[in-house]
Amino acid sequence: MADVLVPDPTTTPKDWSSDQEPRWCPGCGDYSILKAVQMLMPTLGVAREDTVFLSGIGCAARFPYYMDTYGMHTIHGRAPAIATGLAMSRPDLDVWVVTGDGDALSIGGNHLIHALRRNVDITILLFNNQIYGLTKGQYSPTSEIGKVTKSTPFGSLDQPFNPVSLALGAEATFVARTHDMDRAHMMETIRRAHDHKGAALVEVYQNCNVFNDGAFEAITGRANRESMLIPLRHGEPIRFGAEGERGVVLDGQAGARIVDVAEVGEDALLVHDEARDDPGLAFMLSRLASGPHEATPIGVFRAVERPDYAAETDRQLAAATAGGDADLASLLRSRPTWEV
Amino acid sequence: MAATDREVAEPGPNAEPVEIDRVIIRVAGDSGDGMQLTGDRFTSASALLGNDIATLPDFPAEIRAPAGTLAGVSAFQVQISDHEITTPGDRPDVLVVMNPAALRKELGRLDPGGTLLVNTDAFDERNLTKAGYRTDPLGDGSLDGYRLFEVPMTSLTKEAVQPLGVKPRDAERSKNFFALGLLSWMYTRPLEPTVTWVESRFGSKPSVRDANLAALRAGHAFGETAELFDHPYRVKPASLASGTYTNVTGNTALAWGLIAASRLSGLPVFLGSYPITPASDILHELSRHKEFGIRTLQAEDEIAGIGSAIGASFGGHLGVTTTSGPGLALKSEALGLAVSLELPLVVIDIQRGGPSTGLPTKTEASDLLQAMYGRHGESPVPVVAARSPSHCFAAAIEAARIALRYRTPVILLSDGYLANGSEPWRLPDVADLPDISVPFATEPNHTGPDGEAVFWPYLRDPETLARPWAVPGTPGLEHRIGGLEKEDGSGNISYEPSNHELMTERRAAKVAGIAHDIAPVTLTGDVDGADLLVLGWGSTWGAIDGGVERSRARGLRVAHAHLTHLNPFPPNLGEVLAAHPRVLVPEMNLGQLSRLVRAEYLVDARAVTKVRGVPFTASEIEDAIVKEMGA
Ligand SMILES: Cc1ncc(C[n+]2csc(CCOP(=O)(O)OP(=O)(O)O)c2C)c(N)n1
Ligand code: SF4
Ligand SMILES: [Mg+2]
Repeated sequence: MADVLVPDPTTTPKDWSSDQEPRWCPGCGDYSILKAVQMLMPTLGVAREDTVFLSGIGCAARFPYYMDTYGMHTIHGRAPAIATGLAMSRPDLDVWVVTGDGDALSIGGNHLIHALRRNVDITILLFNNQIYGLTKGQYSPTSEIGKVTKSTPFGSLDQPFNPVSLALGAEATFVARTHDMDRAHMMETIRRAHDHKGAALVEVYQNCNVFNDGAFEAITGRANRESMLIPLRHGEPIRFGAEGERGVVLDGQAGARIVDVAEVGEDALLVHDEARDDPGLAFMLSRLASGPHEATPIGVFRAVERPDYAAETDRQLAAATAGGDADLASLLRSRPTWEV
Repeated sequence: MAATDREVAEPGPNAEPVEIDRVIIRVAGDSGDGMQLTGDRFTSASALLGNDIATLPDFPAEIRAPAGTLAGVSAFQVQISDHEITTPGDRPDVLVVMNPAALRKELGRLDPGGTLLVNTDAFDERNLTKAGYRTDPLGDGSLDGYRLFEVPMTSLTKEAVQPLGVKPRDAERSKNFFALGLLSWMYTRPLEPTVTWVESRFGSKPSVRDANLAALRAGHAFGETAELFDHPYRVKPASLASGTYTNVTGNTALAWGLIAASRLSGLPVFLGSYPITPASDILHELSRHKEFGIRTLQAEDEIAGIGSAIGASFGGHLGVTTTSGPGLALKSEALGLAVSLELPLVVIDIQRGGPSTGLPTKTEASDLLQAMYGRHGESPVPVVAARSPSHCFAAAIEAARIALRYRTPVILLSDGYLANGSEPWRLPDVADLPDISVPFATEPNHTGPDGEAVFWPYLRDPETLARPWAVPGTPGLEHRIGGLEKEDGSGNISYEPSNHELMTERRAAKVAGIAHDIAPVTLTGDVDGADLLVLGWGSTWGAIDGGVERSRARGLRVAHAHLTHLNPFPPNLGEVLAAHPRVLVPEMNLGQLSRLVRAEYLVDARAVTKVRGVPFTASEIEDAIVKEMGA
């Protein structure tokens, strides 16, 4: 994967790193995501001054401080809304949003779905650690039912959100998942999200080693990955396991389900089509696992083209301004006037 | 106004028009009866005649309350005058009611002896019951004190449009044009502007167009021939300052002020807004004017409205958000962010009755303290208020000027009365409008420890205390800002106690310092040695002006000062207050400015309050002055 990245000789990862020391807990998954992004940036062919990282509040949301780009650490949950205004007014910029599961899906859920449905050209990195890190360990909208935390001593009762399902439900044009243990996969997935024109959401499974350690170990741990992660590759049959012995079929009655390839035969496997206009199939794939303890698809679920919001806004503006410079004095006289 | 004299409709054969200096007309009917349109058209024709005018639309909260009920009554009041006026008038001289509910709801406003025009067709048993009448007021003598004119407007309208083949149900819809035609005859308003308007408005629906025109002409002809009326009236053009005039509502003037601010600053406007009465019309108006490079976003909620505007401001645009009280409450956290980010932002609150949903279609000015203090932390925000519909234009430019120059959110307060009310506006010469442009940062502004040039986003201008505005896309000035406390100068996160205190004081000093950059407050009325100062803000201006003039006519020595800047106050306000033994503060709330003034200047400022959903009348102000003076 990494070999498709074209290094830009003008900058190095170090150039993208600010002079501020990251202040995450030692061992936090956020460090590896930061590293992946800093390594990715020089390969994207974009300038630092044209890049803006926006975030809400949370551990994840400290991210912009560590990037030597323009950046704004905003308020809890609102970064997609702020990014919408920036992307609409400055379509020339490369606008990123870094957010957490609480930031994006609880307090900011409304802004997230609307940014996605409008298809604003922003790249959203959602660091999902299934916990509120910054406020020291309450359950989050992605925590599993029964989660025991300080605020749920008897176990949480809430059905969790699946961020990928949610984004697909909002008809996001680009939806992907990756995890903090695989830098190459992160870089490739995030690069694709960046290159996507329109709103792109990448769920990054991120370990909070202080308040929710090992939440994804069952699927992202080195020993478990092969058998528990289902890599989605456009145009290829969906299969996984050390020998590719398991796969996904589309069953008329039951929808997408996991099978032993030996039982159904290779030809029966579902071929992944991320460009399908209808998000239904991608949604089925997102439902294969009920949580990070079952075999879970990663990679790009959906990548379709739809006009991006800022470009459409500009198209209307261009049409309206085509007649030349509008005149303020004429505007003031645009309704009946009389002379005294 | 020689040109328009020709257009004045010929009076009826019965008599020459009688000249009057002003008249207050109120039309009321069911919300489906088109009363706003009737009032609006009458106003436009009067404006073109050169009268001074002031209007007060008064509509129900429900778009369509059950027909015929009190809750569904919609009214429109207009004062037309041959001299300068500042209010839509205290009590109507003429009340037109289209049904019993309107009569019941509005009659109390009409003085005995006032003219009452009633659409008798609507006075059937059902409508009377719905309005709560046990007996028909038209027959029971209860209206004896009024100059009552009973006109079967519905049936006359049906008769007039019948030859056009319009269905009776549709025909009835044109009865407001009958009323308009009749009023036009009574007050010698030309029909042409209305005819032109109907033709363009209903051009695509010829049957509606023709029915409305037939009804309009029938109403006019009825006045001429019915011999109910002795003669029509004429209100001569007002002798206003010379210039080009247009009739403008506050919301339109405000939207145009924002467009002007864009031109004057050289920055594109970005409006993020969520619909809410009575602010939505600004969103509507700005959305129409993409030719000025205006970007508008109907956001998912008020928070996204202000959030997107903050994003646009970070990008170097003039970020604006418009709302009403409940929406301002939702924006308060983001406003705090804007205070901390020190980015330009214009936040517009078209106030309405509160708390909560309150009286959504009625006016009130009770968000002053919310604007001043409705945020957590020490979070100073400049506050500007418009005083009349046309003043909304200048107020919008002033709010933008302060926001840009001082890199701060500014709250601009208007209210439902200004928003929907209208008045003739002498158009400014665009060349005379102020230059409000500010430069972006283009260069590093500091030297780092190793002698390298660096950019410090919080290194302030020593005069304005504003920080540099460096927009993304500028090489070498990459920086991060946020809501966490920042180190003075470098802008890096800092939790240092003394730094926080310093930054808190700097933010306060920056806003306080704007006092040196705004016009001092001036007095009208008895500018020297008045016994009483009436201090006002916002839309009370017209009523205070009228009330003060009337009090002076009684021989009282009264001055009027009206604030456009509420935070900071004009630099001379303390002096002005101290120079007057008594201070009265009329407000459409329970005493918010008076509280601020008392706290700031230790003066015994007395509030005169009103929260009835309608503006003060000049006589209410006069009464309050008289009472205060013990005269
Ligand atoms: C308006 C508001 N409410 C609550 C908070 C407190 N708060 C800060 S971060 C956070 C949760 C963050 O969780 P998440 O988004 O998952 O980020 P993480 O820390 O796990 O990376 C909360 C509740 C706040 N800062 N602002
Ligand atoms: S609390 Fe968790 S998410 Fe936050 S920095 Fe520490 S390890 Fe990371
Ligand atoms: Mg979290």
